[in-house]
Amino acid sequence: MDSNKQSNVSGSLRARRIVAYVVLAIISFLCLFWFYVLFINATRSHAELGRGFAAVPSSHLIENMTNLFKGTLPVVRGMLNSLVIASLTAALCTYFSTMTAYSIHAYDYKGRKALFTFILTIMMIPTQVTALGFVKLVQRLHLEDNFIPLIVPAIAAPVTFFYLKQYMDSNLPHELLEAARIDGAGEVRIFNTVALPLMRPAIAVQAIFTFVSSWNNYFTPSLILHKDKAKTLPILIAQLRAADWLKFDMGQVYAMIAFSIFPVIIVYLILSKNIVGGVSAGAVKG
Amino acid sequence: MKQKKNNAVVRYNRWGYIFLIPFMVVFVVFQLIPLVTTIYNSFFENYMSGLKQIGPNFVGLKNYIQLLTQGDLMKYFRNTMIMWILGFIPQILLSLLLGAWFTNPQLRLKWQRFFKTVIYLPNLIMASAFAMLFFTLFAKTGPINSILVNMGLFKQPYDFMAHVGSVRGLVAAMNCLMWFGNTTILLMAGMMGIPDSLYEAAEVDGATPTQIFFRVTLPLLRPILIYVMITSLIGGLQMFDVPQILTNGTGDPMRTSMTLIMYLNKHLYSKNFGLAGALSVLLLILTAILSAIVFRVSAKDDVH
Repeated sequence: MDSNKQSNVSGSLRARRIVAYVVLAIISFLCLFWFYVLFINATRSHAELGRGFAAVPSSHLIENMTNLFKGTLPVVRGMLNSLVIASLTAALCTYFSTMTAYSIHAYDYKGRKALFTFILTIMMIPTQVTALGFVKLVQRLHLEDNFIPLIVPAIAAPVTFFYLKQYMDSNLPHELLEAARIDGAGEVRIFNTVALPLMRPAIAVQAIFTFVSSWNNYFTPSLILHKDKAKTLPILIAQLRAADWLKFDMGQVYAMIAFSIFPVIIVYLILSKNIVGGVSAGAVKG
Repeated sequence: MKQKKNNAVVRYNRWGYIFLIPFMVVFVVFQLIPLVTTIYNSFFENYMSGLKQIGPNFVGLKNYIQLLTQGDLMKYFRNTMIMWILGFIPQILLSLLLGAWFTNPQLRLKWQRFFKTVIYLPNLIMASAFAMLFFTLFAKTGPINSILVNMGLFKQPYDFMAHVGSVRGLVAAMNCLMWFGNTTILLMAGMMGIPDSLYEAAEVDGATPTQIFFRVTLPLLRPILIYVMITSLIGGLQMFDVPQILTNGTGDPMRTSMTLIMYLNKHLYSKNFGLAGALSVLLLILTAILSAIVFRVSAKDDVH
């Protein structure tokens, strides 16, 4: 009787497990399918694409890519611009956010608590809401078509600050800073050589997120960058969409989309352990 | 002796202020000043009529009144909300289901890392490129139509871009696809925080897995669910990249997929700074109210 019940339970467990795997397989398919079709289509010529869907890649990837690079859209320049902006944004954002978090974590001064609440409050202000004033400011400073207004604002990044502050609370003991002080190290030196290295895992996670969100950002750059030389990839994508795309070589259109999406996918697959772990870590504490 | 130590502490603490300088300077220059300029502009009439510049003239609340009574603001607000809800409902249901499965100690699913990697992937994709991809895939001559016709599901290619339901549906599907992985990971963190003893007690009392999910997991997840919902709503109000690229900024058909930020973007491009300012302030107020709710919920959670 008892063993009968046992096998019943394990039987239903097995059924539930099978259902879970089937659903997960379908969901994974729905997540990956689009990128698979993108890859296939980027390898096919315009004529082949006109014949409808195919499940296997063709041989025109390199041809599509060279056509794209020789075409009217400055894609290589766009990618370099995106790369420069995203890298510098990630570097400045993480370094100075760590510094801000360190200020509140390591020192005891008047208004410290209020400041923390204040930064949490401004975290929710959407960038779009201040866009009008931001564009006017950029015009007044003659910084249009310049990368500075896209990079420097990342120094004040409440979300990154908050994540790093949470990490700091559990990973940067005050005793360690005190010990460095007794050894006679200056405050800037302690920050750079004691605090910063200990924060490396959290900084890495935030650097990736900041890089990706800057790389993907479309709204603000499109308001500031107008010259072809200065445009980033999302702006070029919008330009491609606005063009009379039916006259385009579709192979090139897919090559362009692939060119914007696949670098991120490749980097993600290499770093996925850190990224998914980083999101969970933020969720547990946040 | 004691006096000396205190002095030293004060001398260290001075550095707290110094390390704050970069954040504060950048915040004031690039966020506070623009915010003040935006609010200031919302009280002025300032636009281009043809080639003629009108204003800036102080008009008080006229821009707000015009937005709320004459324009299509309410229509665009409705569009934004409809597309957000269409995407959010499947997103939260999927996330709850997957979160429950991943954290279930009995189920012990294999390849969890693979699945988590896959479901999180769309979140990192450039939204504009993703929208462009969907635009080409769902085009009348695109591969999706070719598949559906070949399978015999459709007699002839369906023009996804010409129908209200399909455009809104595509925007919602993309948003859901991009965010359900993130939500799953957030909910999982909440689910793992529920003590095992509660599940064990429920099991001893003879509760089925479904009962445990609805009677134990769901009520205990309430705070994090509210957090997820409201932050997603705040994000939903900012919906821009996907519908903008998918419809080439037109919000077609008949501006039924035009969102609030697309509307703001239009005013910014046409240099109607008065209306753009008023619209920004309205969005700020709406976001502030929603954020206040998030803070209250999180504060209650902390007291627990």
